[in-house]
Amino acid sequence: MSQLLPRLPEGLIAVVKRDCRTCQLVAPVLGELAARPGITVYTQDDPGFPATVAARVHDQDLAVSWHHHIETVPTLLRIDGGVEVARAVGWVRTEWEDVAGTGPLGDGLPEHRPGCGSLSVDPSLADALRVRFEGDRLRARRIEVAELEDEIETAYERGWSDGLPVVPPTAARVLRMLDGTSRAADEIVAVVPPDLAPVTVEKVAINAVLAGCRPEYLPVVLAAVEAACTDSFNMHGLLCTTYFSGPVAVVNGPIAARIGMNAGINCLGQGNRANTTIGRALQLVVRNVGGGLPGGIDRATFGAPSKLGLCFAEDEAGSPWEPLSVERGFAPGASTVTLFPGHGPSAVIDQISRSPESLAASFAAKLRGVSHPKLVISMGAMLIVSPEHARVFAAARWDKARLRAELDRLLLIDGDELVRGAGGIEEGMPSALAAGRRLPKFLPGNLAIVHAGGSAGMFSAIIEGWVTGAKGSQLTTQEVRP
Amino acid sequence: MTITLLDPTSERRPAERPRAARPPSLDGRVIALVDISKPRGDVFLDRLAALLIARGASVKRYTKPTFTKPAPADLRRQIAQDCHLVVEALAD
Repeated sequence: MSQLLPRLPEGLIAVVKRDCRTCQLVAPVLGELAARPGITVYTQDDPGFPATVAARVHDQDLAVSWHHHIETVPTLLRIDGGVEVARAVGWVRTEWEDVAGTGPLGDGLPEHRPGCGSLSVDPSLADALRVRFEGDRLRARRIEVAELEDEIETAYERGWSDGLPVVPPTAARVLRMLDGTSRAADEIVAVVPPDLAPVTVEKVAINAVLAGCRPEYLPVVLAAVEAACTDSFNMHGLLCTTYFSGPVAVVNGPIAARIGMNAGINCLGQGNRANTTIGRALQLVVRNVGGGLPGGIDRATFGAPSKLGLCFAEDEAGSPWEPLSVERGFAPGASTVTLFPGHGPSAVIDQISRSPESLAASFAAKLRGVSHPKLVISMGAMLIVSPEHARVFAAARWDKARLRAELDRLLLIDGDELVRGAGGIEEGMPSALAAGRRLPKFLPGNLAIVHAGGSAGMFSAIIEGWVTGAKGSQLTTQEVRP
Repeated sequence: MTITLLDPTSERRPAERPRAARPPSLDGRVIALVDISKPRGDVFLDRLAALLIARGASVKRYTKPTFTKPAPADLRRQIAQDCHLVVEALAD
């Protein structure tokens, strides 16, 4: 492996291959230039081509072509003081005359002919060349998989998988993944619990490959990792709890549409690559870099299917309300990832209500049951309002704050209904806290409201939360950086 | 042909630390009893405190702000400074 730029001789340089009609066409021109003022020709395939020039160099490993970004042959370069000062691509007589500075060239040839693809960008070679010439910017330990081993089985055996097959993280795939961000591969992104291991952009990229992400998802995965590893989100505690929850990611802003995320039909379900793999990549970083393994630090009684990764986009275009990101203080148009400590979803059916008061009361009735109808204050929730339900609020001109105020009012619960023993249920709030008082189901900031879902269906969704707020995990938003 | 994969892990094993030496007796020792703020941890620690005091130890009580996060560094430092032994209660 080498990242050294092969040094070119001074003067005129051409890069050609025999398997190119245009290169064959210009062979006499190269002969003219060899006679005066002199030229060095790098030939990609046949070291005997072109016979018109004696100063030929076989670019057998394509190092010159790769490092000098030759995409088309023939390419004519002028090197002055070790630096490229002029370039002509394909055959364009006037351009060649300008680069060569020798007066008329190629008598009898057509004025121009397009060139052919350089071997260094041939799809069958480009990945291997990239690994050869750029691979040493990857610092991760190399693991050789023997010929008779199946690399997907190797990933299972080494404990890299969440149970589903992973995409083998070859250097070529990781380099392609890193194209998705302008951040340096060795930049430290976060310190990942529970092992408190620093994670680089490269390690996140490797796990994004495992998860099945496309390179353009990487900035979202990086932002999700940053959000998860803050004190406010408290990934450590969320991982350790015996409760069901894991990180639930909501993506806002233009990046969501740009990478093809689903905010509509089946947005919490299967079938969209970005939704499915971004959440998975975050969980694989926690597993592989942080060391957070089920049965190890993660001792959840049940867990939840959403712990494989739950990520969706907010439907901003169809929403009557400001996006979650704006509500959380980010500028309209900013792309963000917001993490919520939750699991689910569970359903709210209401096909009858046409007034906002009635629909809000339906939501409140279901929200009261989050974790337990008699337990209040500590747990949070995310209410995902569907388009058909949002329409009811839009028609009545209820903004999000109005809905929130109504839910707060409806979810201020008589403590005597909540105390231990009330209703014949021993579980409940301590009497000292609840008796004779009214208690809120959710503390301020612990009920998130977003808009998403398919356009048909008078249902909304509730993502039930873990201990939400300063004592547990707080809703945490991170801007997506390119 | 072999395939080369890049390691997705942190490439480090968790540091293994030897357990601290166990004291031969509790005589004259100060024992930290740490309530991690789980419900009914105090019930367990109250009983433990009574049993330890009856055996000639003295106890100091501490409380973590929340069971969901590691103990704050200052609290850990104070416990290490004031006590010889520590018992944490996990309860529900």
